[in-house]
Amino acid sequence: MNLSELLTQKFPHDVLATHRYRGDDTVILKKERLLEAARVLKEDPALDFNFLMDLTCVDYLVFEKSPSTAPSTATPSPLPFFMKPKSDPKGEIWERPEGAQTRFEVIYHFYSLSKNHRLRLKVPVEEKSPEVASLTSLWASADWFEREVWDMYGIVFKGHPNLKRILLYEEFIGHPLRKDYPVNKRQPLIGPVN
Amino acid sequence: MTKQQVWLLVIGTCLVFVIWLLEFNMGKIQEEVTKTGTTETRSMLLNIGPSHPAMHGIVRIVAELDGETIVGADVEIGYLHRAFEKMCETGPYNNAIPYTDRLNYVSPLINNVGYCMAVEKLLGIEVTERCKYIRVIMSEISRISDHLTCIGASAMELGAFTVFLYMIKAREYLWELIEKVTGARLTISYTRVGGVKGDLPQQFKEDTAAAFKQTREVLKECDQLLTRNRIFVDRMKDVGVISKEDAISYGVTGPFLRSTGIDYDVRKAQPYLVYDRIDFDIPVGENGDNLDRYMVRMEEMEQSMRIVEKALERLPGGSILVDDQGHEMPAAFMVDEAKMGRTAGFKERIVRMDPTLEGSSGSHHPAVNAPEKKVVLPAKEDTYGNIEGLMDHFKLVMVGHGIRPPKGEAYFPVEGANGELGFYVVSDGSDRPYRVRVRPPCFPIMAALSKILVGDMMADMVPTFGSVNMIGGELDR
Amino acid sequence: MGAVDITKLDFFTSKLDAAVGWARKFSIFQYPFVTACCGMEYMATACSHYDVDRFGAGLPRFSPRQSDVLFVVGTISHKLAPVLKKVYDQMTEPKWVVAFGVCTCTGGFYDNYATVMGIDTIIPVDVYIPGCPPRPENVLDGLMKLQAKIEKGEKQTKLYDPATKRLI
Repeated sequence: MNLSELLTQKFPHDVLATHRYRGDDTVILKKERLLEAARVLKEDPALDFNFLMDLTCVDYLVFEKSPSTAPSTATPSPLPFFMKPKSDPKGEIWERPEGAQTRFEVIYHFYSLSKNHRLRLKVPVEEKSPEVASLTSLWASADWFEREVWDMYGIVFKGHPNLKRILLYEEFIGHPLRKDYPVNKRQPLIGPVN
Repeated sequence: MTKQQVWLLVIGTCLVFVIWLLEFNMGKIQEEVTKTGTTETRSMLLNIGPSHPAMHGIVRIVAELDGETIVGADVEIGYLHRAFEKMCETGPYNNAIPYTDRLNYVSPLINNVGYCMAVEKLLGIEVTERCKYIRVIMSEISRISDHLTCIGASAMELGAFTVFLYMIKAREYLWELIEKVTGARLTISYTRVGGVKGDLPQQFKEDTAAAFKQTREVLKECDQLLTRNRIFVDRMKDVGVISKEDAISYGVTGPFLRSTGIDYDVRKAQPYLVYDRIDFDIPVGENGDNLDRYMVRMEEMEQSMRIVEKALERLPGGSILVDDQGHEMPAAFMVDEAKMGRTAGFKERIVRMDPTLEGSSGSHHPAVNAPEKKVVLPAKEDTYGNIEGLMDHFKLVMVGHGIRPPKGEAYFPVEGANGELGFYVVSDGSDRPYRVRVRPPCFPIMAALSKILVGDMMADMVPTFGSVNMIGGELDR
Repeated sequence: MGAVDITKLDFFTSKLDAAVGWARKFSIFQYPFVTACCGMEYMATACSHYDVDRFGAGLPRFSPRQSDVLFVVGTISHKLAPVLKKVYDQMTEPKWVVAFGVCTCTGGFYDNYATVMGIDTIIPVDVYIPGCPPRPENVLDGLMKLQAKIEKGEKQTKLYDPATKRLI
């Protein structure tokens, strides 16, 4: 039984989809049950994810709307060395699940030191109420990562003790990594806008 | 009365007045104490940075001091935010490689490798054996130069200026080696998606042996200067201690984590490239203090040299073919000829491999680059010498064509000099990355810094901060 | 009548400025405002391999009040720009500014919301050293150009205006 199945068993109504695209175990979860699921991930001895390696977000506003999007090229054939050969043919297909095509997705990468395995957890977040539960009570590393996501995407983490900008300055208006923020729109503190 | 006596009198009067003034005030303070029962102590706020000699990088720490002890520290970062992630989304896949150079600018090649491996994972392709070995060799040389800079700079801040000069000297030997391979000293952009820019130059093995001999001499000298130096050890030992639990909770990796005794290293835990085929050790510490981090880094340099030497021994095929009949020409010359249309007989001639600024050539191209035509740029004399090569080239560099990974996402971790360096790439099937996220290794360490500093003395901030090896480009991106 | 024998003269006149300029050019006390990648090449230049001490610029002062050349080494973001301006204002006259690396000259390839497109929009710049990062030889060349400027007593006082593309 792999990791995503294990988690699906524990949260049968809340796991929206799972996949193993390119060998990365991925679980897409409803945001309401994030905190409970995270606690299980950390405390269940079979999972034992003691590292929150990375926490980020993706803005799907213009996904597949690029003028240069290819008309679905097939996957190049030879498998990389780190992939298990074709044990799971479904692992070759990657689609966003039907019920979870929200604008934002908060993405967690977990790692377990004792079991030496990784898991990616994705939480869809609506544009109207960009709120997720904070994981600072479980992993200290979530503190700065969540501040960064707030800074760059404007996702509010409920329960975060100190949610303020980290990379940019307080005077900055907007969230620059959102796809609708122009790349060279400057808001200088001093000097001309060039 | 003489003049001198008058002066003495004046000075004497002044002294008496000053002493009276002091006593009067002391009495007042005494009165205050007896009235309230206690003296009021207030902690002092001390601002360090953003531009400060002991902060090699731009960071601001507001420390709250009680006497000389730090009781609280507020770390502020972001002064070098250059929008790496946003810039990556604006161009094709290969255009992001120069930006990855400038993440951890002390060991740029590890970033290059990490990014390219993530895109290759997304594409589902694999590079050639020789390319894997070259990537390992160059990554490890970069790692040595990173550790040299880190130890040199933090020793300098403790007053050991000689060590800094020696270590930069050693770094210069390694950079000359890197320059021979890539054509640049620091920001090298050596890898491509599906391969590397060019093969290793001739004499590389001998050059490496010579550079490592000099580097080992420098390391031995520095070891003698520092490791049993009473002043150095006293300032490093039991300073900046982090416990195992805290390190894991903060997501700290790399030498910082290994100094606490946890032997987590991506090269061993989840081997990539050819690390599983090369025998090397992972040094670990015990106490998680500054001295252990110094020792771990010193040993890691030795292990990296070991890896490079072993990899060079096993480097497979694709040796540098130079025709002894004189049928050779530099690739750049061939390119110039081809531009003038003098291409007759090109395919019969053997081009000398110059993997520096002058380009690479056909016979060596397959040895270091994956055979995927949809990903890897053709050899330069194919581009200029025949129409298929030219079309192939343009299909890869034109806007709206280029590398097109299938829709999906991939995360690829490599062991950077500061810890786990992960690249998370999302593709929507177009020719430019939809999202590139880098997990910066020193970001979690800086988050943990405010906890590590508390309880230490003011002066301990310098060695602790030095052992973090904060790299602005990687921290703020 | 032949040429004047200067050894027999009681005094000899010179422009004081020239003497002061000559002395100044070999006693550059620099403030390295190191932010990014260029700092690595700055280190390499300052150390024994390339030895910036030959030009009398070997001793960095980390207080703006004691230094007379501001080396701006590495990208300046909008968050950092006020700090740079403050450091510049704290320096005493005469002062010179060197833009080290292409990010400080023009912004380089970081044309985005976060970075200042050339520090000459904030503070006047005397010498531009291009390169990403510049090689140590390039840095030494820029340093010699600065020395020539110091000797002549020249100094840039104007800022670059991106709207008109002129110095104002």
